[in-house]
Amino acid sequence: MPTEILMPALSPTMEEGTLAKWLVKEGDTVSSGDILAEIETDKATMEFEAVDEGVIGKILVGDGSEGVKVNTPIAVLLEEGESADDIGEASAAPAEAPKSEDAAKPAPAKAKAPATESENLAPNTEPDWPEGTPMKTMTVREALNSAMAEEMRSDETVFVMGEEVAEYQGAYKITQNLLDEFGSKRVIDTPITEHGFAGIGVGAAWGGLKPIVEFMTWNFAMQAIDQIINSAGKTNYMSGGQLGCSIVFRGPNGAAARVGAQHSQDYAAWYAQVPGLKVVQPYSAADAKGLLKSAIRDPNPVVFLENEILYGKSFEVPALDDFTIPFGKARVWREGEDVTIVSFGIGMTYALDAAEKLAEDGISAEVIDLRTLRPIDYDTVIASVMKTNRCVTVEEGWPVASIGNHISATLMERAFDYLDAPVINCTGKDVPMPYAANLEKLALTSTAEVIEAVRKVTYK
Amino acid sequence: MATPKKPKKPNVSADELKGFYRDMLLIRRFEEKAGQLYGMGLIGGFCHLYIGQEAVVVGLESATKEGDKRITTYRDHGHMLACGMDPNGVMAELTGREGGYSKGKGGSMHMFSRDKHFYGGHGIVGANVPLGAGLAFADKYKGNDNVTFTYFGDGAANQGQVYETFNMAALWSLPVIFVIENNQYAMGTSQKRSTSSPDIYTRGAAFGIPGEAVDGMDVLAVKEAGEKAVAHCRSGKGPYILEVKTYRYRGHSMSDPAKYRTRDEVQKVRDEMDAIEHVRELLLQGKHATEDDLKAIDKEIKSIVNESAEFAKTSPEPEVSELWTDIYVEA
Repeated sequence: MPTEILMPALSPTMEEGTLAKWLVKEGDTVSSGDILAEIETDKATMEFEAVDEGVIGKILVGDGSEGVKVNTPIAVLLEEGESADDIGEASAAPAEAPKSEDAAKPAPAKAKAPATESENLAPNTEPDWPEGTPMKTMTVREALNSAMAEEMRSDETVFVMGEEVAEYQGAYKITQNLLDEFGSKRVIDTPITEHGFAGIGVGAAWGGLKPIVEFMTWNFAMQAIDQIINSAGKTNYMSGGQLGCSIVFRGPNGAAARVGAQHSQDYAAWYAQVPGLKVVQPYSAADAKGLLKSAIRDPNPVVFLENEILYGKSFEVPALDDFTIPFGKARVWREGEDVTIVSFGIGMTYALDAAEKLAEDGISAEVIDLRTLRPIDYDTVIASVMKTNRCVTVEEGWPVASIGNHISATLMERAFDYLDAPVINCTGKDVPMPYAANLEKLALTSTAEVIEAVRKVTYK
Repeated sequence: MATPKKPKKPNVSADELKGFYRDMLLIRRFEEKAGQLYGMGLIGGFCHLYIGQEAVVVGLESATKEGDKRITTYRDHGHMLACGMDPNGVMAELTGREGGYSKGKGGSMHMFSRDKHFYGGHGIVGANVPLGAGLAFADKYKGNDNVTFTYFGDGAANQGQVYETFNMAALWSLPVIFVIENNQYAMGTSQKRSTSSPDIYTRGAAFGIPGEAVDGMDVLAVKEAGEKAVAHCRSGKGPYILEVKTYRYRGHSMSDPAKYRTRDEVQKVRDEMDAIEHVRELLLQGKHATEDDLKAIDKEIKSIVNESAEFAKTSPEPEVSELWTDIYVEA
């Protein structure tokens, strides 16, 4: 049967085009790859090649025809032994690409419907460790170090790589002594090439290992952000679930002290936006340890955001051989009635300090540490706001598209009727981090700002 | 570009040579069909065809063993067919259907097969190079003798992360073969206009990585070079670079206006250096196959390709619930 040659789609957006000029005429023999015609698309003039071999039986759309719809028959090709008389047999109906019926409908819902009834919420109120567990004092630095050491002892495929993690013992001493215990095969100093070693880490994870990739700070990970998002974050989805990536990217995030704009950025909101990544930003040593152990065991890529100023801060940590903190479970540090303060990471220092001072004035604040930013424990936050009817968020990152903005939007959608005041976001200022000590202090948020915000939303 | 060659005495058996002919023809016909389906609006977005470059993957695959891995860029259909992935699954991914390798969620540039050790299919130029070195890192860590073939183009060869990777691959003696498929055009920019030094294979020298140029229009030359590189890597000597000089007959993608090179240039390569024609001549001249034998192969390929197109048209679109699956691996 004669084959119809159809007006081709020659760009992702082309719906019709101009048949500028035929380069063959009826009766010509053509084979695969021969140029048949010049076609003007919405982007350019393109040459259109033959796919099948045969003889041009009839040209249906002539030179210079404009507005020829894609898939309209423009010529008929005859195979060996066919003649122009057979042309009538060719189907006149243009081939149709499938019209997706789903396209007109809204996407199936994943997010929960507005929760105006408290029974829709299921905040996890289980204690993180059993009551009566003996505790010991530990810095965040020691907690992170012991989490890695414990996981490396129990799983041979766990290794750590990064700049100065081995012989230097870690730029911030988080990997101290790991080289001695695990050797240079598993504690690997890299050259200063974040993009490259982040990619090698992702490939190694696909190859069946569980890398911990340390960035000396997250500021330098901007060199590697393509590998973190495009390679680690998206490939499981793009492969239909074949290529999960069990990897931890970790290091200090946000402002340290007097290191200027390029070394002082908080990436929490950036990474929290990416489906496919999990994002953790611990405050306490217990959380740092329990969450890092969960991160190493997780079969997905985890962005683990630490803070240099918190490294030396001491907390009580359960003295258990093995304990983990699950992702997506916020911690209520302080219960209260008048306002909910939501924070994470170093923001918790301002939140807790403010709550303490507010209590002296008779304002009772509930303080929630999100701990993980993807997934976020919305239920704990919403349940709290249903009780207090007011909310203030606290973080050091920039104000535009901040985590606080997202919490505010979620509360508006899911707990609008319970809010007695607008939610206020305490954030870093909308400026690159200045170097001068007084300006740097002003660029971050503060206990005073949190107190002021609480007074505003409580009208006190 | 290599000079036109005369058929030389093949260094393979007649059966293997016939296999090369078949495998290369499968890629070519598959790609022609993909181009046709694109023209019909059945394939969307970007679609980068491999026509002209078939000898590269077919030659190199003949040097692999089970366990070896491969990873490439977005011009990936040929690599998938050459390593034994199912044409139906590849074509159905191109049409975005449930029966595709990624259930329709990856598309032309993002396909994978754990079974065949094919790690993509990557859309970001150069990004697959450290990823490939990472796969090799894992094999070395585990202590096996697998090798990873990391394919990229002459365009990607100018990306910074390639050299970061060369450095670490050499430092850590990773069993990775960097295959630079030099088709002479980085999208529409010729190598002359984009690349300061013509011999890309020498760029490993600064890192102590041996490299060589290979005639990528001669599948036998590619096989020979591949075997040499594989022997080097498997024996623990670290990475190796093959710059395989090849040529892409079609545009960079389906929406390429082809204004940056002349039709004569393309036609000359097609007429004088075509890799499939080369093997065809070897088979006929050496009396390893008759015209009828080859016709039978052509027929078989045509039927495989038609079947893949039929499968890709009839396989349903993914269930709408697939929108929400595979974002995470369930712990």
